[in-house]
Amino acid sequence: MTALLDPRVATEAALTPGEIRRYSRHLILPEVGMEGQKKLKTSRVLMVGAGGLGSPIGLYLAAAGVGTLGVVEFDVVDESNLQRQLLYGQSSVGRSKLEAAAERLSDINPYVKIEPHAVRLSSENALELFRGYDLVVDGTDNFPTRYLVNDACVMTGKPNVYGSIFRFEGQVSVFWGAQGPCYRCLFPEPPPPGLVPSCAEGGVLGVLPGIIGALQANEVVKLLLGIGEPLIGRLVLFDALRLKFRELKLKKNPECPLCSEHPTLTQLIDYEQFCGLGPSEAAEEMGIETEELPWEVTSLELKAWLDDGRDLVLLDVRNPPELAICRIDGSRFLPLPELPERAAELDGEQGRLIVAYCHGGVRSLKAAQYLRARGFGKVVSLAGGIDAWSRHVDPRVPRY
Amino acid sequence: MSVTIHIPTPLRSYAGGQAEVAVDAATVGDALRALAGQYPSLTRHLYTDAGVLRSFVNVFVNDTNARELAGEATAVAPGDSLMIIPAIAGGRP
Repeated sequence: MTALLDPRVATEAALTPGEIRRYSRHLILPEVGMEGQKKLKTSRVLMVGAGGLGSPIGLYLAAAGVGTLGVVEFDVVDESNLQRQLLYGQSSVGRSKLEAAAERLSDINPYVKIEPHAVRLSSENALELFRGYDLVVDGTDNFPTRYLVNDACVMTGKPNVYGSIFRFEGQVSVFWGAQGPCYRCLFPEPPPPGLVPSCAEGGVLGVLPGIIGALQANEVVKLLLGIGEPLIGRLVLFDALRLKFRELKLKKNPECPLCSEHPTLTQLIDYEQFCGLGPSEAAEEMGIETEELPWEVTSLELKAWLDDGRDLVLLDVRNPPELAICRIDGSRFLPLPELPERAAELDGEQGRLIVAYCHGGVRSLKAAQYLRARGFGKVVSLAGGIDAWSRHVDPRVPRY
Repeated sequence: MSVTIHIPTPLRSYAGGQAEVAVDAATVGDALRALAGQYPSLTRHLYTDAGVLRSFVNVFVNDTNARELAGEATAVAPGDSLMIIPAIAGGRP
């Protein structure tokens, strides 16, 4: 592997007595030493996202003495973040993540320069932003941004230290088009929305991003120091429930549209559209056409229907753990994953109005689509799910 | 000939909650069809409506991507493990 950093730059750097005391456990490692620590000091790392993965990444990279840490984040700290995003505490709720993170990281290590970027990463700003750094760490939470990070990394020649999590499972790799495969070599196309559940639907074990993010931080430090065997061309899978690591070999796809010798993709694209999240694509993917009965009902409309005594069936399509948190009284319960096998249980309700609901309104829309396709004439989805019901109609229903 | 298919977390709810399913199969394609046969609701997650394996479904035979071997025609032997590797992104719905 060729060195990521120009060794001459590090040679010219100097460590202050304070830095030497702080980094002493690094300095006595022969693999790091004064030279390595100076490399870290002169390095510039860009973290995309300061959430579950970004928390351990930021904490460890700041502590390790990465000289300049850029952070791209535009979100606000929410109470539900605190179960896993250790950059923040109760006092950060409602604050900008970027500000709270910058304070915490500077407190961990005042020698680190934090460069806050209060923007949503986009096709317009990614290339310019990435060019200013030595490598990029992907701590994002959605497919459009993951493809954008990957593509912009390949186009700017930067390594992409990748980590991703879902429920109890994580993936880690280093995608670096110049040295090995990129994310598109493994996943040429994203799954259409609806086929892969998100963490907001499926949940995530709070410790998991801690483990996966720490592994990403480890890869960053190795790449900057030029030591060890970086995770290029390998995908590590982690299963928290079984405590198992598995390693898979990844090869560069000779037909990769991005990082092969003859790329067909040479500029950034519209990633929301690519991932099928544009409004028309989303509707098309879910087979939604304009019909007489709308697909969605608001929580206030539903409340009015119930108050009027309108005949309807409330169908809760969430998963069992969510049912244990809260429900709307009088609902039937049939989780979306079991719907194809158990839809016949609803045959007795043919002709009645069915109002499906879930947590946020995505799964119930799928359920409505599925049931209509099976011949149930009157099925609608509660827009915004039980969360909207709690906010607008019945505050006794706890939000989660 | 029994091979073990590892089901990733996102797909387990469509496979009766199973993490591993053993099937009798001679090729990767046979194994996936046998799996979909046992758990019909997995079908749309693995295949398009036209019955073609979805492009974002990666199947590894032991530690190698089946795409680098013979794809669905890749022969499998008893004791081989197949892993379906899903694209996972994280939090945003």
